Amino acid sequence: MSDLGIYSPIPDSPVYGLMAEFDSAQALLDAAHKTHEAGYQKMDAYSPFPIEGLAEAIGFHKNRVALVVLIGALTGGISAFALQYWVAVITYPTNIGGRPYLSWPSFIIVTFELTILFGGISSAVGMIALNGLPMPYHPVFNVAEFAKASENKFFLVVESADPKYDAAATRAFLKGLTPRMIAEVPS
Amino acid sequence: MATNTQIPVEVPVDDRRVPVIAPGHTFSTITEKISNIVLTRPISLGWILGFLIVFGMMNMLMLALGYLFIKGTGIWGINIPIGWGFAIVNFVWWIGIGHAGTLISAILALLRQTWRNSINRFAEAMTLFAVACAGIFPLAHTGRPWLAYWLFPYPNTMRYWPNFRSPLVWDVFAVSTYLTISLVFWFVGLIPDLATLRDRAEKPWLQRTYGLLAMGWRGSAKHWHRYETAYLLLAGLATPLVLSVHTVVSFDFAVGIVPGWHTTIFPPYFVAGAIYSGFAMVLCLAIPIRAIYKLEDFITMRHLETSAKVMLATGLIVAYGYGMEAFMGWYSGNQFDSFLLWNRLHGPYRLFYAALLACNIFIPQVLWLKKFRVSTGWLWIISFVVLVGMWLERFIIIVVSLSRDFVTSSWGQYYPTRWDWMTFFGTIGLFLTGMWLFVRVLPMISIFELRTLLPESHVHEAPEVKQ
Repeated sequence: MSDLGIYSPIPDSPVYGLMAEFDSAQALLDAAHKTHEAGYQKMDAYSPFPIEGLAEAIGFHKNRVALVVLIGALTGGISAFALQYWVAVITYPTNIGGRPYLSWPSFIIVTFELTILFGGISSAVGMIALNGLPMPYHPVFNVAEFAKASENKFFLVVESADPKYDAAATRAFLKGLTPRMIAEVPS
Repeated sequence: MATNTQIPVEVPVDDRRVPVIAPGHTFSTITEKISNIVLTRPISLGWILGFLIVFGMMNMLMLALGYLFIKGTGIWGINIPIGWGFAIVNFVWWIGIGHAGTLISAILALLRQTWRNSINRFAEAMTLFAVACAGIFPLAHTGRPWLAYWLFPYPNTMRYWPNFRSPLVWDVFAVSTYLTISLVFWFVGLIPDLATLRDRAEKPWLQRTYGLLAMGWRGSAKHWHRYETAYLLLAGLATPLVLSVHTVVSFDFAVGIVPGWHTTIFPPYFVAGAIYSGFAMVLCLAIPIRAIYKLEDFITMRHLETSAKVMLATGLIVAYGYGMEAFMGWYSGNQFDSFLLWNRLHGPYRLFYAALLACNIFIPQVLWLKKFRVSTGWLWIISFVVLVGMWLERFIIIVVSLSRDFVTSSWGQYYPTRWDWMTFFGTIGLFLTGMWLFVRVLPMISIFELRTLLPESHVHEAPEVKQ
């Protein structure tokens, strides 16, 4: 995870990277493919809605949200059953209608509910944390045009931390992708 | 890419149905139209007047609950043998209404019904407020709500633990999980739209407020990738949850031995009834909202008609449930069960039962006719009738069964007091106050999900760059 938000080191150079703006989802996807093919690694693409294949295009294939949810859901389920077992069998055994202390069918519901509860919370918290949010300030917000990234414009950013980054060469390369505009992102 | 929850389907050109989004819209017009309701639309006199009414109703709830906390549940009409009364009737009714929101946001997302994108946001808000209203009743009904935390398992000096074999404890877990997950689902869905509001707001305090809530969302491809996985998993988790909540509520009854409660059909029949009343509430809210805020482009006749069809289908499942109850009353040969059936038809509450059959079974059958499904006026009236009918259903299940128990000496009648009515109408005020504020402070339609409905959002992979 290269972008764990506020803890990721800010590059020494005062420039965060170069930003190219595109008009359509298709243009951004094509540009992202080409930039990645050209050997750039530290880059990101920004869009006002999820675009199929865009994350893969910039070389981001797998995320760990599902693993977090699995761990959360199992934790919820196991701890719920363990709690009920401990309460009903060990610490506070009560005879309810002659049922055995370990009347496990009655424990299914609470186990199920806590599985869902923990799984659901871990999916939201896991997604937010892995995304490095909350992070109210980010260099890309320094570009005024970027406000449209949440409306109708599409952006590609090559970071200056990329080994292949060269202010002039990268700008020329991005220009070749026929963006609407190219801007330097101050860090 | 397996984690795309908002797969944009091709809008069929030759489709005879109304499209899910009116033609001619772009990413900008969608964004502008929905966010301007929150950001620039002035507050109208009508909104203020309406708000004063619903806020007044909410204060009636505060009054009723305040007096209840001073005096105790004796101010309600409940007594032995009818100890459950309005409190539980309203609890089940409100919880049921909430179900449509989760069904629309979770189940329809898994089924890739993209038409849901225009109505899921406010349906989820409806769920939240409905569950909040529902939660008030069992809390107040405990008699000493300040001790309600005793229902949760926690180490305490009384060395006491809850009985996990009790449906009432299951209910605590089911309802609190449902409220939490609905809130999480709703908030996750809101994050990208909050970023849109942050970027479009002009007043600094609004920028800061929405900015704080959006947590710095910037629409990065990596973020969207995780977002879609998380949203899909949340939908997958919320789907069994929504089916389980009313199942657990029905266990409150079905696990007991009272005639009319102790039946195996309760879980599916409660879930169907919940979705039935939930869609009725969605229509009751969507029809005026789309007219007032001119959202006909996004909430089209297609949405209303499809919701009407869901109502018709779930209504028929409910009708099957009534039929089976009646059949089992006769077929079981059990004198208490057959008496229950006779009592519903001829006993002191027979008019309620007749009204129930009319509201839930007979009147909604007109939805078979397209004429009624595409008329907003009729649809609103029928939805309202269904809401009344579903309230009556819970009244019949609870009050009629408890009023005629096994032993004639324990028979009784139930008379709700003015406090019962004030609490009930008060929660309607709480619900509407929530909705009233919601439509003005948050985007009531998911903006980013609507964008994915536009053909411009569809991309294809360039073949030459494939590895």
